[in-house]
Amino acid sequence: MRGQVVLQDLRKSFGDVAAVRDVSLEIRTGEFLTLLGPSGCGKTTLLRMIAGFESPDAGQVLISGRDVTARPPYERPVNTVFQQYALFPHRTVAGNVAFGLEMQRLGKAQIAERVEKALEMVRLEGLGDRRPSQLSGGQQQRVALARAVVLEPEVLLLDEPMAALDLKLRQEMRVEVKNLQERLGITFVFVTHDQEEALVMSDRIAVMNRGRVEQVGAPEALYDRPRTRFVADFLAVRNLLPATVVSVSSGRAALRTPGGVAFEASDDGGYREGTTVWVGVRPERMRLVEASERSAIHSRGASGGSGGRAASAPQLNDGDAGGNRLPGTLEDEIYLGDRTDWRVRVGEETVTVAESAAFARARRRGEAVTVSFPPDAVLRLEDAEPEGR
Amino acid sequence: MTSRRAAVLLALPCLIALAALFVAPQALMFESSLGRRSFYGGVVHQWSLDNYRRALEPLYIAILARSVALALATTLLCLLLAYPVAYWLGRQAPVRARSALLVLIILPFWTSFLVRMYAWIFILRTEGLVNRALGLAGLGPLNLLYNDAAVLLGQVYGELPFMILPLYASLEKLDRSLLEAAADLGAGPGRALWRVTLPLSRPGIVAGSVLVFIPSLGAYLAPDLLGGARTVYMGSLIQSQFAFVRDAPFGAALSFLLSLVVLLLLLVFRRPLGEARRA
Repeated sequence: MRGQVVLQDLRKSFGDVAAVRDVSLEIRTGEFLTLLGPSGCGKTTLLRMIAGFESPDAGQVLISGRDVTARPPYERPVNTVFQQYALFPHRTVAGNVAFGLEMQRLGKAQIAERVEKALEMVRLEGLGDRRPSQLSGGQQQRVALARAVVLEPEVLLLDEPMAALDLKLRQEMRVEVKNLQERLGITFVFVTHDQEEALVMSDRIAVMNRGRVEQVGAPEALYDRPRTRFVADFLAVRNLLPATVVSVSSGRAALRTPGGVAFEASDDGGYREGTTVWVGVRPERMRLVEASERSAIHSRGASGGSGGRAASAPQLNDGDAGGNRLPGTLEDEIYLGDRTDWRVRVGEETVTVAESAAFARARRRGEAVTVSFPPDAVLRLEDAEPEGR
Repeated sequence: MTSRRAAVLLALPCLIALAALFVAPQALMFESSLGRRSFYGGVVHQWSLDNYRRALEPLYIAILARSVALALATTLLCLLLAYPVAYWLGRQAPVRARSALLVLIILPFWTSFLVRMYAWIFILRTEGLVNRALGLAGLGPLNLLYNDAAVLLGQVYGELPFMILPLYASLEKLDRSLLEAAADLGAGPGRALWRVTLPLSRPGIVAGSVLVFIPSLGAYLAPDLLGGARTVYMGSLIQSQFAFVRDAPFGAALSFLLSLVVLLLLLVFRRPLGEARRA
């Protein structure tokens, strides 16, 4: 129970703007849960309601089994790492870390001891006498972390704590924060708009869109099986298309896009003949095959589509990814260093195919290619709810 | 042109104005303070320190002490009154209404201080507004005017905006997340005020206190009009030396001493003042 957070039908509006709409979510003891979404999706408001900085218009916040909805922040067993750290400029580093302990009216010696331990934990020993303004961004963030965890909260809330750091430091901090959480074993609720950050650090991710939680799940589950178009889009499923279900039989659904491109999807039981659905295919699950090799591929085609992430295994790279084969033309190249994204014109549609640098070959724009992907790479997506509801 | 020369050139008009309007008069006054009064009230330019010796007599030290006490009381009262106002203005008042509210704070400056002091006389005198209202309630007229309390009231009234404005400036830009952090770390409203808000608004407190304390030290109109010149303060003492006693050298020595006291105080408080300037 300790460290568990239960949100029940939380609702919060600012003026006419609904920031959080009927969110119910259970955050488990000791887990690293990330609230992921674009800016304005309500993730920060949700976090602030857990911290007590905002009071919900409706609903309840339970922390460790106690209803704290009406309790002010200073009576809640949670601590926050703020986006801009919010370090007290008039106090030293040690003074910042000591603040919460002083509020608990602990003895001087005890405070000094715990402050020192906390600074050691974030590898800032010896910097206690500095002012926050004398520290780098990364160091300031460590102070913010130490100041919060020194109080041994039941839940630690982190509001985009790495947004202000540069990429390299951010990648280091991801690992460090994750390690810290595992060592302390306390519940972390982490807010970010960075899908990579969320995938790397979280035990579970709650993807938010327009004030609602669209999907909650482990990173792998979310990545492999995004439920809605929004979640797919946010987790970099680049090829999103509406398609009509032409027929469904023996585990396969035949689909056709409005642009006339036809392909097959593994039936997850959700396809209904004659309806229009949104589908998505990750760029890395698609392969490019030279048009001239098509016949050769055909003969190997049967082994393709054995499914899952195995399709991205290198041995299949220069061959068939199985199942669907669509003729197209290379339109554009987006060079990304470790991989290249090719924009390929297929009929009336344009799709993105990611090609790992390790297996890339020289290609030219205008070249005729075949795009190949297995039916189980096709994700059936629920459309986002209509605007304004 | 080097940037250094450009800077000197840009500062030149200000330097000239300072020299002409501040340094030169101070020098002239210092020179007069060394002289002595002629029979008809002119200045005899025979240099001696007699005026300073006289100014340090217990009688005048007592007046200086009383002025310092008045200035201190004014500053303290202004601080106590202005802080909640500035806090509300800078942190709670609707953002769109703030500039209009600030105009209200400085609106009294559109009327001469002298006129406003007379207005207080009309409010406080025996047949004034307050006493008439009290009379309607069957309560006897109170002696509200011509005492030290009236002087203090006039001073606080006049100086209050000079305290509110710098306090507003430092409270308004106080980062809300710092107060949230304080609450998050377990500080209730009272302790957050004491441990975070007050220390962080120190630049405003120092700036406002200096802005109120210094003019209050030489206050002249309020003691004269609301105090009825019954109690002598430095300001009225100096004024009377020039206007009635016609002992300009002694008046000059007194005002020079007062300037010295102010300078000394600024020196003592130069560290927090530097903070106020940087903030």
